[in-house]
Amino acid sequence: MSPSIKAEQQSITLEGRSLTKTYHTGAVDVHALRGVDISLYEGELVVLLGPSGSGKSTLLNILGGLDSPSSGRVRFRDTEITDGDESVLTHYRRFHVGFVFQFYNLIPSLTASENVSLVTEIATDPMDPAEALTLVGLGERLGHFPAQLSGGEQQRVAIARAIAKRPDVLLCDEPTGALDSETGILVLEAIERVNRELGTTTAVITHNTVIGEMADRVIHFGDGHVVSSERNATRRAAGELSW
Amino acid sequence: MEVEGAAHRTPWGDPVRALNKKLVRNLWKLRGQVLAIAIVIASGVAVLVMSLSALQALTETTEAYYERQRFGEVFASVKRAPQRLIEQIRTIPGVRSVDHRIKYLATLSIEGFEEPVIGQLVSIPEGAQPKLNQLVLREGRLVSPGHPDEVVLSEPFADAHGMQPGDSFQALMNSNLRTLTVVGVALSPEYVYTIGPGALMPDDHRFGVMWIGREALEAAYDLDGAFNDLSLGLLHGTNPQDVIERLDQLLERYGGTGAIPRAEQISNWFLMNEIEMQKTMSTILPTIFLAVAAFLSNMVLGRLIATDRSEIGLMKAFGYSNRQVGWHYAKLVMAMAGVGIILGWAAGAWLGRVNTEIYAEFYRFPLLIFRPDPGVFAIGAMVSLIAALAGSLGAVRRAANLPPAEAMMPPAPPLYRKTRISGSRFILWLDQPTRIILRQIVRAPFKALFTSIGIACSVAVMIMALQWLDSIEKIVDVFFHDAQRQDMMVGLVETQSDTTLLEFRRMPGVLAAEPMRAASVEFHAGTRTHRGAIEGIPDDPQLQRVYDAGGRVVQLPPEGLLLSTALAEKLNLDIGDRVQVDVLEGRRPKRTIPVVDLYETYIGMTAYMNIDAFNRMMGERGSLEYVTLLVDDSRLPALYKELKALPKVAAVTLKDAAVREFNKTMAETILIYISFFAAFACALGFGVVYNSTRIALSERGRELATLRVLGFHRGEISYILLGEAGLLILVGLPLGVLTGAGLGWFMTSAMDSELYRIPLVIKASTNAIAVLVTLAATLLSAAVVRNRLDHLDLIAVLKTRE
Ligand SMILES: Nc1ncnc2c1ncn2[C@@H]1O[C@H](COP(=O)(O)OP(=O)(O)O)[C@@H](O)[C@H]1O
Ligand SMILES: [Mg+2]
Repeated sequence: MSPSIKAEQQSITLEGRSLTKTYHTGAVDVHALRGVDISLYEGELVVLLGPSGSGKSTLLNILGGLDSPSSGRVRFRDTEITDGDESVLTHYRRFHVGFVFQFYNLIPSLTASENVSLVTEIATDPMDPAEALTLVGLGERLGHFPAQLSGGEQQRVAIARAIAKRPDVLLCDEPTGALDSETGILVLEAIERVNRELGTTTAVITHNTVIGEMADRVIHFGDGHVVSSERNATRRAAGELSW
Repeated sequence: MEVEGAAHRTPWGDPVRALNKKLVRNLWKLRGQVLAIAIVIASGVAVLVMSLSALQALTETTEAYYERQRFGEVFASVKRAPQRLIEQIRTIPGVRSVDHRIKYLATLSIEGFEEPVIGQLVSIPEGAQPKLNQLVLREGRLVSPGHPDEVVLSEPFADAHGMQPGDSFQALMNSNLRTLTVVGVALSPEYVYTIGPGALMPDDHRFGVMWIGREALEAAYDLDGAFNDLSLGLLHGTNPQDVIERLDQLLERYGGTGAIPRAEQISNWFLMNEIEMQKTMSTILPTIFLAVAAFLSNMVLGRLIATDRSEIGLMKAFGYSNRQVGWHYAKLVMAMAGVGIILGWAAGAWLGRVNTEIYAEFYRFPLLIFRPDPGVFAIGAMVSLIAALAGSLGAVRRAANLPPAEAMMPPAPPLYRKTRISGSRFILWLDQPTRIILRQIVRAPFKALFTSIGIACSVAVMIMALQWLDSIEKIVDVFFHDAQRQDMMVGLVETQSDTTLLEFRRMPGVLAAEPMRAASVEFHAGTRTHRGAIEGIPDDPQLQRVYDAGGRVVQLPPEGLLLSTALAEKLNLDIGDRVQVDVLEGRRPKRTIPVVDLYETYIGMTAYMNIDAFNRMMGERGSLEYVTLLVDDSRLPALYKELKALPKVAAVTLKDAAVREFNKTMAETILIYISFFAAFACALGFGVVYNSTRIALSERGRELATLRVLGFHRGEISYILLGEAGLLILVGLPLGVLTGAGLGWFMTSAMDSELYRIPLVIKASTNAIAVLVTLAATLLSAAVVRNRLDHLDLIAVLKTRE
């Protein structure tokens, strides 16, 4: 794979080199990653497609500093984060990465805006929580507790919480996995908007090929490898997708 | 999961293999908590087993000792009675054997010991054991015929002075200074508690019992063919009171002061008082303790199982019946409780034995019977098991009664609403983690309250145990320091005339001397009676003041009786009532005397009277039996020397020594027992705090992992969990201090006896210790939980659905 001209012009935000991950559980070793090279370029939206069990989540967790690889390196801009200890990883997560998961993981005892404030209180140059929630279309639901919100709304709160600190990278692991398609599209629209308006480098994991159409680039994943990486000529708006 | 086996087997005891595997894995996964719960249960069981087995051993050992050494059942003393009277006494119905002897007090001089020592001389047949109250020879031999200077010493006395067979000392016997040679060292059931005249606690340095040949004592005190003390053995089933009545009639003309049953024999009375106190302690303390432990394990297990509700839903979805699910958790709980019970049994039996040995050594029982009753073990196990099962099965039932689909959902969607507190302006000041803590507590106030109550219980139990030290200190302060001004009390051989007082006032170093009289009496008020003593003291005494425990010196009226409140209560008397007093000494007058005032005292239940009124009642002129002295410390050696040489002196009690002995006795008995309790209370506190925090951790793991993903540091997420625990502890501690005072009050009131009234005193330092120890236990468990938090598996938590 030769880097495209466009890619050469852009700088790399997050990069993984020769990443492997082996789980030693019971009698057999599970090789979740078998040598992965991946680069996320400044401001792009990447969709990672692949069957279940192929190692997507493992990769994302390692890129996001939630887990460390068995071998290989992860580099965020000029910082090597694989060598870092726990506090380097925490610092990295705190100031540079936003996560969105399949399960929303909101704090039930805090309202939507308080869930967002949780992050803005510890960040350096955060948005106003209301602003972040408006960005995901929830400007009206600031004072609601998670139990008072639908699944799609909760996921959008999670997105608002992830982006309110203006992260450099937004990592989403099957953000629509638990949602119906209509609601899923609302969530994808929120992600798309964040990527476009804030220029946040974004990676979205899914096993839904349709979602690949909204990406700058689609990376196919299989059995712990990057199988292929292709650039879309045009990005389709999330609102136009259907499945 | 395997479902095979579930459908066609009965739930009871049948191996449902998959579930049993889950059971073992669960136990292993929860091992930290299993151990902490086991410690809580074990503490309750251990305290019960320890206390009751020690009490039982103490009682049985005493009985066996009495039986083996033929401890007398009726005791009497006279001035002097002819031996031919024995024949008549033998014919009293119910009397099995009669042992007559001679008993005298003598002042001793022991080399290297400056203070006067009082010896209780008791006669024994030369070359043989007496019929009753037989000695247990520990060293050497009994006295042999023809050697009037041979003496057998009681072991505690011999040990206190380091004397062995072959050593000798001097005794002032009937005005003759004699040198006695030790030939043996022995123990006697009659002197388990060797208490000197007028003393409260054994003082083995200053008072000792010794046995001398009968002929030697007869010669020394001119009692040829006579005796002055009796001990009777009774036929089985005889009422000692009937024998006493007949005996008193026979002895009256020989100066009998009234026979007493074994129950009132001084050593036995003290011993029984102590056992009685032990009994109260060993029933009340462990009951409270076991109840607290049961409550705590109940609460902890209930919460633990509530966290398992989605698994319960899953099991039911697979077709397990409610019964099978219930039985599965019952087994889990029984396994946990079982570990605790076995630990508790082992610790309790061991400590019970240790405790018994301490007592046996203190009382110097020559034998020790430790056969704990299996019933005690069973009670401890049953109570713990039932409490644990009740707590956990309630939670299982709640989970099992839900439709499986609902049970598998996150536990009742935590619906937070804006409450007055959470919506108020106050909350705007708080950061989000603090809001999480507060909302968590507001949402589940009962759960939070339970943690606080658990902590309060452990603080309370510890205060209840430690409070004893404060109470005892208070007793010493009031009884010995506030009330008594004298340094020394001298007992005289017989009632002496007033002039003796002048003699004492002239002695070296004596700053003040006051007379005192005492007589054994029987009080009658309606149907109530009490056998005790009246003390006669002078007007406006400076040394032996009557001191009310409330902090007031009580004025002694010229006429009438001043009763201790405890005695007034026993006789159901109040100020202004009249009480019949039968004096058991001298001319044995009987009078009806008004009660003119009451005072409160922690030790004993003495009645006071003006000494002049006392003498008039006795029909005697200005006489006394005791002299209380205030002395100049620098002249003590000279004073001791004179006292030793004075034939009238029968006993010398030094206040400082009495305080020392009191403290020592307390330290050797109650305090050891108390320290075991304090240790168990600590274990209890640790178990509770550890479990609540661990459960909170498993309930909140997901939330905390999320925060870590969002970039919160370990310290910051610890704040949420431990901050909540801290807040609950802050509520629990003052609650515990209050409850501790309540339990302490309950304990001390239950301990009232004729010998002691225990005041409730809790020093600030006691509360502080209980609080600090609980805090330390909390910190320790917080550290363990913190360690867990630091190794929180972020990914595993996030992968699963809530
Ligand atoms: N904690 C773990 N322990 C053992 N094996 C694991 C663990 N996490 C993931 N795996 C295994 O690694 C492989 C990749 O998992 P994952 O990255 O979650 O795949 P994906 O997200 O593509 O579905 C799977 O075979 C999975 O079973
Ligand atoms: Mg995945």
